[in-house]
Amino acid sequence: MSSRLIGRLLLGFYLVLFFAFLFGPLLIMGITAFNTPSYPQVWPFEGFTLNWFDRLFADRSLMEGLNNSFLIGAFVVLLSVPLGLAGAIVMTQVYSRARGLYYLVVVSPVLTPGVIIGISTVIFWKDVTQWTGAQSLFNGILLATLGQATFISAYCMLIFLSRLQRYDRVQEEAALDLGASRTQVFFDILLPFLRPAIFSAAVIAFLSSFENYNTTTFAILANKTLTTVLAGRVRQGMTPAISALAVIIIAITVAGAILYEIVKAAELRKETARERAAVQGETAQTPANVSTAQHHAGAAYPL
Amino acid sequence: MSADVDLDHVTIRFGGFTAVKNVTLKINGGEFFSILGPSGCGKTTLLRTISGFVEPTEGRVLIGGQDMAGIGSNKRPTALIFQNLALFPLMSVADNIGYGLRVRGVPKAERRRKAEELLALVALPGQADKKPSELSGGQKQRVAVARALAVEPKVLLLDEPLSALDLRLRQHMRAELRAIQKRVGITFIYITHDQGEALTMSDRIAVMNHGQVEQVGDGRAVYENPTTPFVASFVGENNGLTGTVGGIRNGLATIDTALGQFHGRAGSDLNAGEPATLFIRPEVLRIAASGATPELTAEVEGTAFEGSFTHVALRASNGQALTMTLGRDADAGAIGVGAKIGLAFSGSEALILRSTTGL
Amino acid sequence: MTNPVTIAAIFLGPLLVTLFFVLLSKAERRRLGPSGEPGFFQRNGAPVAIFLLAAVGFWALFLIVFPQLYMIDYSFHPKLPQIKRGGPDDVYTLENYRYFLFGSTRDTSHWNTTHLYAFWITIFVSVLITIANFAICYPLAFYMGQVARPGVVLRLMLLLIIPYWINEILRAFAFRVMMGTGGVINNILMATGLIHDPIDFLGLDVALYSGLTYAYLLIMMFPLYNAIESLDRNQIEAARDLGAPWWHIHLFVVMPYAKPGIASGATLVFMLCAGALAAPLILGGPKTLWFTPIVYDRFFQAFNWPQGAAYALILLSACMAFVLLVMRLFKVRLSEIAR
Repeated sequence: MSSRLIGRLLLGFYLVLFFAFLFGPLLIMGITAFNTPSYPQVWPFEGFTLNWFDRLFADRSLMEGLNNSFLIGAFVVLLSVPLGLAGAIVMTQVYSRARGLYYLVVVSPVLTPGVIIGISTVIFWKDVTQWTGAQSLFNGILLATLGQATFISAYCMLIFLSRLQRYDRVQEEAALDLGASRTQVFFDILLPFLRPAIFSAAVIAFLSSFENYNTTTFAILANKTLTTVLAGRVRQGMTPAISALAVIIIAITVAGAILYEIVKAAELRKETARERAAVQGETAQTPANVSTAQHHAGAAYPL
Repeated sequence: MSADVDLDHVTIRFGGFTAVKNVTLKINGGEFFSILGPSGCGKTTLLRTISGFVEPTEGRVLIGGQDMAGIGSNKRPTALIFQNLALFPLMSVADNIGYGLRVRGVPKAERRRKAEELLALVALPGQADKKPSELSGGQKQRVAVARALAVEPKVLLLDEPLSALDLRLRQHMRAELRAIQKRVGITFIYITHDQGEALTMSDRIAVMNHGQVEQVGDGRAVYENPTTPFVASFVGENNGLTGTVGGIRNGLATIDTALGQFHGRAGSDLNAGEPATLFIRPEVLRIAASGATPELTAEVEGTAFEGSFTHVALRASNGQALTMTLGRDADAGAIGVGAKIGLAFSGSEALILRSTTGL
Repeated sequence: MTNPVTIAAIFLGPLLVTLFFVLLSKAERRRLGPSGEPGFFQRNGAPVAIFLLAAVGFWALFLIVFPQLYMIDYSFHPKLPQIKRGGPDDVYTLENYRYFLFGSTRDTSHWNTTHLYAFWITIFVSVLITIANFAICYPLAFYMGQVARPGVVLRLMLLLIIPYWINEILRAFAFRVMMGTGGVINNILMATGLIHDPIDFLGLDVALYSGLTYAYLLIMMFPLYNAIESLDRNQIEAARDLGAPWWHIHLFVVMPYAKPGIASGATLVFMLCAGALAAPLILGGPKTLWFTPIVYDRFFQAFNWPQGAAYALILLSACMAFVLLVMRLFKVRLSEIAR
């Protein structure tokens, strides 16, 4: 056996093991969702049932948590995307000597454990709302939004920064030169360019918010989100209803991934078609026989 | 409607670096004016000052008689064509052209109409809905021009717009731009480092070097009567022999160089005994007639046949490189590599200019 | 708390720092003269400039800096009922930190072995898990980054993304299902006769440690892949041409180049492991010790918020120390770590 072949076999073995480790537990959990025993069980498989899915939807707490998760997710998107956008734009304009410190401050939430962000958010705003007499604002939904936005805005900012790297500032000068005000330049030139990044950032923000636990569990106070209810349920007692939830989430993620694949492929096809047309146009355009004496001026356009 | 542009003792400094030194220019309304100079001479900075992106450190910029101090680029009656065109990639051609009108609140139908009118003007009918990425280099050029003309500027500024195009296209576009300018009648300020471009297209040329304007004049003036050594060697090819001025009489002067003493027209401000340079254009040099004493001798290093003329590279007895151009009628057959030939020229066709300090 | 001097310091401090830089930048612009770049408000126009300042100001100050500074201050106050705060009993004290070390706010005779042990074992295991994650991910990252064709990479990427977006609680749950006394692994082991009684994976912490490895595997994967992918293939070819054996190429060509990616993945994995809350709660046995659940308890069991704050700071210091260590060791800057 050549070393090449051994290498290939090892690689294949490793890949199988890796993905088995990755997907195995999920698969097992998935199977338990359809199995009748009231304790998540894969084997023996006693009977196929969709009962657990029913139980899932009947779980009032879980549904309320789900609602809140969506609500907070939406709020977080509405807050983090603009904050991240502003953060990125300021990053490109900030005084060079201050840039290091600015970057450190703004990126630090990404490297801070979520529990600490949750704790500091609660402690700070509890006292601030007290001093300003705005105690009614001290509620779990708002706090969870603020806490999550602290680091999710940083994710958004990084997405915008990466998109901005490919931004050609000259377009802004061209727009100004044509008479646009600075505000018009922002809305007509910069934002349209950033549109794909805005979309990515919104998706990432929502997903990150939805699945967050560490920060939320401190900030949510008396309310609940899907993740906090889930954590509570898992500690109390394990039922396959939770497996059922996992199956649903996996299914949605898989669907999302497939959808993404389809959209990407379609975009790629459009892009290559457009490029091909441009190249054809270019070769057809170059005038074959020109001399400086031949001013086509008069003939080329109507006078 | 066009306007004239006045630069009144404009100096532009960035911290410790001076990009433009005390430039005063008067550009007449309706003329095609080029600013010619090598990279880094300050011409782009000057253009950006006229369009409003850079405020002058000293001096004033006046357009149509009005001082532009403090007036931003979006409020000036100028339009700029950028070197890389800067078309808006996400907008269609029609939207690009109509953008200036859009920010002025012109309604959509009117914008579309104007865009199509301008596309016809620049000979690009039917391209209105394409995206810039689908256009060729020459087409993009014309869209940029149409976009600038849409806002009806009084002055159109062009920043080396043809430098990215290949030779054929460049020659074609030169003619087109000139024709458009004549048709629309507004002031064009065109910057370039290509002296052939400046000569063919412009009414007048300003030659710039190291932030200063060395000479302003029409093409013929700048080519046949350069006033500084830089202009003499930058515009067109030129052979320069350094030496000391002998005597001056009746507009002619003698100059003592390493290759001998020669006559030439005296440039302005020439004084006997001062260092100067004798400039002889390659087309002015000819092979000395047999029997006549040549002005100088040189060895042929190579010849290049370029169709309507032949370029001859020579080396003089002191090692200096010279060039000569021979037309079709000259006896180019006598010239082989290594041949030592006698050269002649008439003093009235050569020019002696005093050396400027620092050159 | 309501000590006016500290409050002033917390709020004014960052503002003064900002002011300092603004003045510095103004001075520099003045040096360049009137021909230099326009200022912030001119560059963006008033409406956008106000938006930018408000947004960044709110985020950097009110979400990031002020809460952190406030929490630091909070940890040095004793636990007091609402009314007594700001009063004469509200003094600065180290008692919360003393509790961490000695198990009591006053008595320093005995070490708080439980908490101290939990802290150090958390750090130690997190480091081990980080290393393990790197070892597991590296081959695949290399394969995807340098060897596989683009189509294969895309497909593998999709396969990786699916488990990545599964909530960490569900992932911990899946592991619990697998490793519980009635779970799959025990069932298989008993069915094949290898053991007679189920192994208590949870109580032995095996479930927790392997669960943590599993949970954050992909956090290491993506930065590593990105870093390796950007390596010019020719460098590896060149090394191979010069006769370098495969392990030499990995150790001395690929890994040094991928340092930022490794550093990025390592810091994130460590931070998530040390700060893990859900996994220890779900996969831990009754005697399992992990630091973050202890922080959680200080808040929600002992209701001692200042103490919780102190413990949180201790955790934060550990993470910061790790980040600095990694930055020093790998010689990378902060900008290369955040993806």
